[in-house]
Amino acid sequence: MTDLTTAPASALTGAPTSYDADEQGWFGDFGGRFMPEALVAALDELTVAWREAVADPAFMAEFDAIQRDYAGTPSRLYDAERLTRRIGGARILLKREDLNHTGAHKIRNVLGQALLTKRMGKSRVIAETGAGQHGVASATAAAYFELDCTVYMGAVDTRRQALNVARMELLGAKVVPVESGSATLKDAINEAMRDWVASVDHTAYLFGTAAGPHPFPSMVRDFTRGIGDEAREQCLELTGRLPDAVAACVGGGSNAIGLFTAFLDDPEVRIYGFEPGGDGVETGRHAATIHAGDSGVLHGARTFVLQDEDGQTVESHSISAGLDYPGVGPQHAHLAKTGRAEYRPVTDAQSMDALALLARTEGIIPAIESAHALAGAFDVARELGPDATVLINLSGRGDKDMETAREWFALGEKTQEQV
Amino acid sequence: MSTSVAFEKARSDDRAALVGYLPAGFPDVDGSIAALEAMVAAGCDVIEVGLPYSDPVMDGPTIQAAAQQALEGGFRVRDVFRTVEAVAATGTPAVVMTYWNPVERYGVERFARDLAGAGGAGLITPDLTPDSDPHWPSAADAHDLDKVYLVAPSSTDERIAMTVAACRGFVYATAVMGVTGARTTTSELAEPLVARTKAATGLPVGVGLGVSTGDQAAEIAAYADAVIVGSAFVRTLLDHGDDRAGGLRALTVLTEDLADGVRRG
Repeated sequence: MTDLTTAPASALTGAPTSYDADEQGWFGDFGGRFMPEALVAALDELTVAWREAVADPAFMAEFDAIQRDYAGTPSRLYDAERLTRRIGGARILLKREDLNHTGAHKIRNVLGQALLTKRMGKSRVIAETGAGQHGVASATAAAYFELDCTVYMGAVDTRRQALNVARMELLGAKVVPVESGSATLKDAINEAMRDWVASVDHTAYLFGTAAGPHPFPSMVRDFTRGIGDEAREQCLELTGRLPDAVAACVGGGSNAIGLFTAFLDDPEVRIYGFEPGGDGVETGRHAATIHAGDSGVLHGARTFVLQDEDGQTVESHSISAGLDYPGVGPQHAHLAKTGRAEYRPVTDAQSMDALALLARTEGIIPAIESAHALAGAFDVARELGPDATVLINLSGRGDKDMETAREWFALGEKTQEQV
Repeated sequence: MSTSVAFEKARSDDRAALVGYLPAGFPDVDGSIAALEAMVAAGCDVIEVGLPYSDPVMDGPTIQAAAQQALEGGFRVRDVFRTVEAVAATGTPAVVMTYWNPVERYGVERFARDLAGAGGAGLITPDLTPDSDPHWPSAADAHDLDKVYLVAPSSTDERIAMTVAACRGFVYATAVMGVTGARTTTSELAEPLVARTKAATGLPVGVGLGVSTGDQAAEIAAYADAVIVGSAFVRTLLDHGDDRAGGLRALTVLTEDLADGVRRG
């Protein structure tokens, strides 16, 4: 039996798949690079540096060591027996990314990009953040690698996620509230790009998800694919076969592509992405980009975009700030179009029910993002029945969401009355 | 009407051309038309009509604010054609400066057809490089439109060669590494970029980003074929708010100063 805590299962050595991008970053009709010429040289430089780094055994050994000793990977694959009994369908396995350092899968990506930044000789990193998870992860990596760090965050989000602003500042990062546009994640990305155009000679942009211009969708996937590579091996070890289905939530889609990649060329494994359905897709208040968006160009890539008939980006809505984005990674657009993966919307209410259910049955409070994957996968587990196995990416923990949960469930009110 | 007509005229006068930018629909559609007509009357040789977009990553706060005001005022993509038509009627070439998604959404071929139908000269595409997408060059060629791509101080000589080979009309050289917005000093990066660009093409090379005064225009006119000014015009209108007449007068004064600058260069 392989001991996964010492196995040299580098997250960067995974085999290519039939769904990779071409040399120019095109996943079929999606992806590419729609960027100001001023940034093209930097993107070309990054592409070369990333390709050279992943081919360099010394870089890979350092990446693996940091992931293991600092981030705490491989994360465990947990056989959720109580949850399985409660749902009454397929056997449910949970990939415990919530137990990673900083509480989510995001640390894998930022450690990879920050290590690459050091290798490229740059001294400063910038990042965008919605809920603050990627910002906290970036600030963490910047502290670890002694890099200056500036995080752009929509002004609306800095108020919604004040605690994460405090965490970033404690870690030594500068947080810049973005007031332009809708003052949320998409505007934070715009502002980070504006910074990058002016600072690109000494600054790296740590992009937070598997979206944006080439090479970000492929590079971020490479840094997060350890999730699926580990889970595939762990599932084989635990059950003797591959899962019948894998499931993840999809905002920009980094945790999902990190899981899916290992299974793309296993046609017997069904792949499900669960998008933020907000109040319900029919209400128009949602962020289900693949389900309800149209092909367009946003933040440097062609992908599905929530837009009006003039191509102006439409504001998205989700109870989960980490999924509240009107675009999606271009590889997901490709997987949807080719039919390799199925994307379904999950509403705010369904997610919050799943969050509470996992808390009560397993004693695990998931992030609201991850609760979207749970809610959707519960239906899949029932559809597939008890002989099947469903592997769900529990991409993050729910500590950051307690204020939302407190309001949603009116928690603490009875206690208050007693006092 | 290609922009080359205006560049040839400026060249025959032995001076650089003045290119002025304003977003369509700012402060409203009729207001932007009146402003652009004032800029033409006061000495702009080519007009850039901006197409307001929700996610303008190349723009600084001034143009962002104007675009947002236009969108909040109900600007529609079709309004850009009416604006172009009004400018073209003055005999001055009008190019549209636009981020890519509104064009793709409108339909690339349909956009080219409607732009040509309105008398427009072509497109400047700040987030589209010649290697991004093959649809625009073929649509532009079919409708005899200018394709103005950007070169930047960070562009390699290979990319400059590739870019200028794809341009028609003129080449837009971004003077600084940064977004749009007035700056107090001209960039040291502009002149070497223009020299590298001119070594690769016979097309006129215009310099934009950060120019706001006649003195800056004169400095740039000494080595470039055109001086491109945007944020300074927008700022002038923003500063006058609801005082439309005052805004137009100030716009005329600024244009005259810049037009004098390109003649001193």
